[in-house]
Order: sequence, then C-alpha cells, then structure tokens
Amino acid sequence: MWVLLGVAVLVLGFVLRLNPLLVIVIAALVTGVMAALGPGVGPGEIWAAALATLEAFGKAFNDSRYFHITWLILPLIGLLEREGLQERARIVISRAKAATAGRLMLVYLLLRQITSALGLTSLGGHPQMVRPLLAPMTEGAAEAEGPISDKGRARIRAMAAATDNIGLFFGEDIFIAIGSIILMVGFLQQAGIVVEPLQLSVWAIPTAIAALLVHGCRLLVFDRRIERPSTATAAADSSDGEAAQ
Amino acid sequence: MITLDHAYLVVGLMFAAFSLLTLIDRTHPTRIRSALFWGLIAASMLVGGRIGDLGNGVLVLGLVVLAGVRKLGVGRPETTTPAVREAQARRRGNWLFVPALIVPVVAVGGTLAAKHTAFGAWLISDVQTTLIALGLGCVLALVVAWVWLRPPATAPFQEGRRLVDSIGWAVLLPQMLASLGAVFLLADVGGVVGNLISSTVPLTTPLVAVIAYCLGMALFTVIMGNAFAAFPVMTAAIGLPIVIHQFDGNVAIVCAIGMLAGFCGTLMTPMAANFNVVPANLLELPDRDSPLNGVIRAQIPTALIMLAINMLLMYLLAFRF
Repeated sequence: MWVLLGVAVLVLGFVLRLNPLLVIVIAALVTGVMAALGPGVGPGEIWAAALATLEAFGKAFNDSRYFHITWLILPLIGLLEREGLQERARIVISRAKAATAGRLMLVYLLLRQITSALGLTSLGGHPQMVRPLLAPMTEGAAEAEGPISDKGRARIRAMAAATDNIGLFFGEDIFIAIGSIILMVGFLQQAGIVVEPLQLSVWAIPTAIAALLVHGCRLLVFDRRIERPSTATAAADSSDGEAAQ
Repeated sequence: MITLDHAYLVVGLMFAAFSLLTLIDRTHPTRIRSALFWGLIAASMLVGGRIGDLGNGVLVLGLVVLAGVRKLGVGRPETTTPAVREAQARRRGNWLFVPALIVPVVAVGGTLAAKHTAFGAWLISDVQTTLIALGLGCVLALVVAWVWLRPPATAPFQEGRRLVDSIGWAVLLPQMLASLGAVFLLADVGGVVGNLISSTVPLTTPLVAVIAYCLGMALFTVIMGNAFAAFPVMTAAIGLPIVIHQFDGNVAIVCAIGMLAGFCGTLMTPMAANFNVVPANLLELPDRDSPLNGVIRAQIPTALIMLAINMLLMYLLAFRF
C-alpha cells in the first residue's frame, strides 16, 4: 500500500509545478524505499533500497537512450528556420482561400494534422501561427460577413487556439518519433514487451480521422453561432418574427 | 550495418557540439550549467553503456541537479533577422519544406526496406529499426539542406542549440518517465493500484476495463496537466495487467489509444499551461485568468466526444487484432 506514496509524490509535484525531472527522481526513490519498508527494516536496509532503486532507474535510463535519436532533427529544423521555414508556412496559410471563419479553421486543422503527422510540429503553435496569423485571419473572415461583438471576437480567437491544439494532439502521434510514442516504446520495453514505433503510430490514425470529423463539424456549425452586435441580432429576430407571422 | 550504437555516437557528438558552443557563448545566461547539462547527455550517449547501472543513476542525479533545481537559461546564438527570413521564404518558395520531408520518407521507407528487402536488412540493424532509419533520414536531410543552402559552417549546430535551449529540461521528460515506469513495475505499483480499483469497480469485462483505463488516463492528465506522466501510472495499473494481459488486448492498440485518451484530458485542464493558458494570454482573451478560460471551453466538447470515441475504438479494435 505504501508504494502508492510514490504516485502521490508524482501527482503532488506536478500539481505544485515543481520541476518534473526533480519530481520524477524523488517519486522513484520514494517508491523504491517504500516497497522495501516493513517490520524490522533498519536504516541500513533503507539505504540499500534507495541505492538499488537508483541503480534500477539508471539501468532503465540507459536502456531508453534511443529517445534522443529524435533530436537529430533539431539542426535540420533550425537551419531551415534560419532560411525562412516558418515564414514560408505563414505565406502558405495566408493564401488559403476560405469563405468563412469556420471553413478557414477547418483548412488549418487539416494542414496542422498532416504536417504534425510528418513530424513538422514546429510549423504551427500559438506564438508562431495562431496569434500572428490564424486568429486575425479568422476574425477578418467573420467580419467580412458583418460586424461581430466583442464576445464573438473572443470566441473566434479561442476557437482558433483550440483548433491548433486539436490538430497537433491528434496528428503528432502518427509520426513515429514523437515523445509520446518513444515513451510508450520505452515503458513497454521495461515491461518486457517489444513494440516498434511504427506499430504504435499506425493505431493513432483512426483517432486522427475521428478528430478531423468531430472538430471539423463543430467548426462548420461555428459560423452560425458567432455573436453579432445587438442590431444584427434584432434584425435577425424581426425577420424570424415576420416569417412566423 | 548501421546499428543503435552508431546512432548513439552521432547523437552524442551532436550534444557535445551543443555543449561546446554553449561553453564558448559568453552571453549565455547559464553558460556553465547548460554546457554541463548538454555535456552529461553527450556522455550518456557516448559511454552510457560502460559506466554501469549505479554510474547511470549518478549521471541522472547530476542532470536533475543541473536542470531541476534552478531553471536553465536560453542562449541567443547569432541567427538571421526576421526581414532576411521573410525574403528567403519568398525567394526559396515551397522547396524549403522538401528537406524536412526527407526525414519521414527515409524513416518509414528505411523501416519497410529493412523488413522486406535484402539490401535494407543489410543496411539497418533489426533492433530499433525505425529510430535508426529516422536518424539516417535526419543526417541525409541535413546534408541536402547544407549543400543547398550553404550556411556558415557552424550554423546547423548553433541553430540546433537555439532550439534545444528552448526545449530545455524537457528533452529528458519521456526518458525519465519511462525509467520511472520501470521502478513502478519493479515495486508492483500497478498491482497495488489495480487491486485498489478492482475492489471498488470490478473490472470484470473488457468494456469496463477499457472505460476505466481511458477515463483514468484522462482524469490523471487533468490533475497533472501531462499525459506523459499519467501513462506509466495508469498503464502499469490497468492497461498492462487487465486490458492487455487479462483480456488479451493488442499492446500497440491499447497503448496508442490510451495515450490519445490522455490527450483529451490535456485539452480540458488549465494545468497544461503551454497549450491552454499561454494562448489565452497571447490572444488577450477577456477571461484569460479564469481556470476554465475560453480556449479550454472551446476544447471541452471536442475533448469529451473524442474521449468517448477513443474508448469505443479501443474496445472495437484491441480485442480483434
């Protein structure tokens, strides 16, 4: 039962926003020591248990070094960014032709999912793409159809940010060398199960398609739900009223 | 034949270059500490196999002390200006994407070639084939980009250092969590949590087990703000012993979809600050300080539907393949 103290340390440490690396090592040591704890266990045994845990942790750490192979992409991406990769992505997005805010975000969702699935997660993101480009473009598309209220403006911006996150989360796992895939491979290896990254990433595809459909439908409905200022609402209400009469 | 050891050598040399360039960067805010941090990772890649388990444990403690007690600074190596980048983007056009696309093509192509062709099997080792092919793709793409763009000699490593600095301690997160998972497995944390859960909710059918695992991943992620951290706990507790071992679920399907169920939790929590709080601030949303700001509220419907779909997909697929 006391081994759960390690899980508690992990949860508490993340909730308190302590540095995760520190939290993880402490959680591991607490777990290992608690597992050895029992009646008649002295300080010597506790020290031995802590040392054994450190050894087990070190062994697993060394076994899962292959994760760092994924960082070999950094010099390439850095070099391409130096030559304007992100600016180029912005040019491509800014040329997207879509009639409404919702459809524009749908195009972005699809592009974000595809590029993430190809490992290009750094092409999108809130500081790089949403704030300078996607949010103003969607606001512009909505305004082209008539004035929007402050509330409507805030909802459009929030939806733009949400669309970037959803495209990333349900696209990146299709790429074989993303952190979550490597974590799964490493964890399963420690449990004595050998899985190739490609096997895991293939099974992220059904969820990715579902996410495109679900969020895509919400985006298409979104256009009709954008709050317009009261004059527009009043006009819409009165025309509804006339139709009813 | 290219093996994991060759890949480790290349990665180790890359981190050594990051370390060296940081060390000679007088403007770096945490010059010595950052150089030591990248240097220790380089050491782990180059000699990790020869320093024993305790040696690796001590190396981990060193990394944690360097990066976990106080923040690592971010260096600002010389790079191109936004104006130059804009001009280059217009001049080079969409060709800029091509080197980046070489990487997934070589990674997937190399993996398939190693499985199905004699040449591929001769070229790439059958241990961690995909990752070796990925490393090969990165190196090939870098060579192509280098020849084409003709940057100053150290530019790829200076630019790589710029990116790795912005990632900081998080470069170790998946590896550290996988190692924590190993300790959890040794201490049978999964067994204890599993007993605790099955004493309250009897996980007697595959459907109930799938729901418990996915819901657990999402809830744990909401609390901790990180699906990576939830994964070793919930998979050791329910995923592995019950969904996979007891009900014979397919390992790859259960884990892949379980992680995605965790991502649904990430969409619903202010604890995932990078994704949910930072954009609310960047976009100056009026409710940016509320725990359920506009971004999270915009995400909740999609997240809940996707959580249900993930449960359904896992239930329908995992026991069939």
